[in-house]
Amino acid sequence: MSKYNQVIYSNINESDSWTLDEYIKQGGYRVWKDILANQTNKSPDWVIEEVKKSGLRGRGGAGFPTGLKWSFMPKNDDQKYIVCNSDESEPGTCHDRDILKYNPHALVEGMAIAGYAIGATVGYNYVRGEFMLECYPRIETAVKEAYDAGLLGTNIFKSGIDFDLHNFLGAGAYICGEETGLLESLEGKQGKPRFKPPFPANFGLYGKPTTVNNTQTLASIPKILENGPKWYADFGTDKSPGTLIFSISGHVNKPGNYELPLGISFQEVIDIAGGILDGKKLKAVIPGGSSTKVLPADVIKNCTMDYESLQDVDSALGTGAMVVISEGTCMVDLLKRISRFYYAESCGQCTPCREGTGWLYRILDRITNGQGKESDLALLVDVAGRIEGNTICAFGDASAWPVQSFLKHYHHEFEYMIKNNGKPMAA
Amino acid sequence: MNEVLTSETIKEIDHWLGKFPTGKQRSAIIGSLHAAQHQNHGFLTSELMDAVADYLDVPKIQVYEVASFYSMFQTKEVGKHEISICTNISCMLRGSDEILSHVEERLGINVGESTPDGNIFLKKEEECLAACTGAPMMMVDHVYIEDLDIKKVDEVIDNLVSKS
Repeated sequence: MSKYNQVIYSNINESDSWTLDEYIKQGGYRVWKDILANQTNKSPDWVIEEVKKSGLRGRGGAGFPTGLKWSFMPKNDDQKYIVCNSDESEPGTCHDRDILKYNPHALVEGMAIAGYAIGATVGYNYVRGEFMLECYPRIETAVKEAYDAGLLGTNIFKSGIDFDLHNFLGAGAYICGEETGLLESLEGKQGKPRFKPPFPANFGLYGKPTTVNNTQTLASIPKILENGPKWYADFGTDKSPGTLIFSISGHVNKPGNYELPLGISFQEVIDIAGGILDGKKLKAVIPGGSSTKVLPADVIKNCTMDYESLQDVDSALGTGAMVVISEGTCMVDLLKRISRFYYAESCGQCTPCREGTGWLYRILDRITNGQGKESDLALLVDVAGRIEGNTICAFGDASAWPVQSFLKHYHHEFEYMIKNNGKPMAA
Repeated sequence: MNEVLTSETIKEIDHWLGKFPTGKQRSAIIGSLHAAQHQNHGFLTSELMDAVADYLDVPKIQVYEVASFYSMFQTKEVGKHEISICTNISCMLRGSDEILSHVEERLGINVGESTPDGNIFLKKEEECLAACTGAPMMMVDHVYIEDLDIKKVDEVIDNLVSKS
């Protein structure tokens, strides 16, 4: 049996994979219907236990165990919400887009099951605004088809279970991918993350208990329950069970989204992506989206792609968005682009991040313009250190980590550029 | 009947309102502003924002706050057709800077500006547009165009120019 595209992308090559007919032909909605018909055996607690056993971890980047997150929801009669984070925008990451485009019903079914498990009768799927015509129409049609088929709504198949699902469209703000920023945005406000605690499980959307999960996480649920937690877990390793969709971009011959077993070797992933572009040598990899720390070739080549292996080398699996960088790339220019992004996207509510991201960008800008000073490198480290850990949300850390790691591994390129009036070493 | 918002915009706003609980109409601001901006060919005016606030029955400041926070809303006049060239890392590694320079040169404007005839707006796109495996890419009037090269970009621009 192939190890690739087995769970969320299993139907991705079928024509019309996004239609209800095709999804049902592939066995879709069987789990949801089965739960509705057998609520005694398949209770909400049963669902949560199965998900816990599968070892599924949040695929939005943080890797928090999904079943555990669901179990934090209070068991009372309060209105509760399940919210899907489809605000995909971590640089390098584009696999949720393909789920929305090619397998939207897996997300609809996953959200309905999640809602049942946590006692939420309403779900919102927050899709990034730029997907307005790109994949939003597919998920909007999927929800409509599910309603028309009686799979959503009130007293579904006379089960006594209600579940309403609505898609929401954002309007361009990276910070809305932070779960409490997303909730603020869903409430129609600026997407400024909330101070925690209280966590969304206690105070979420409209102040009600809410669970926010990523698109890939929720779209995995139907298959996990259909084939059992062990089936899913066995794809991966003991500590990183299951599969992950890797978005492989940058200097490879076959960039793409590949759903692969966790724990796969780095080299195998690169081979699947067709090897390094133009036959060049690998220089570095940003392994999990721009917020994760860059790793030089000689470090990552010995890694396996899972949570633990990348943590051991002081980086992270993040969203599984591997940005592959070949020899000849100027790391100063690349870091400057990353820092420009965080400067532009800081929501501005915490001073260290609002001011610090601007400092980082301006210092890097002057270095690349030939106006860097020798003291600038220490200044970059100092500013990054003052942002890290001093902000309401993880965005501040995410702006600091690239600076710290680029300087750690490529200090000589920065020094060279400062000494040579902005001339890149790699050129 | 609202005099500023067209019936199509009102219909769209009502669609968004239907998704939220009673009294939570603030949640419909973002969707309403998308509709109002679409009606006005790509940018918002104070008149439109005020009309949205009135229709939703929310304070005007709540609408202004949203319009000024999110990068998809333009609060100054811009060209009718919007081009966003992604220049974030994955696209940068695949040559997006050359694509952007080429487009700037062809249109005779810098990123962030509109052509003098008001036809094309070249948006400053700093956020990643989540099409990294198809880099370099751009978005033209919300449509994603991937695996760009100069020839492909020129075709798109020729097509937009012919609409002016």
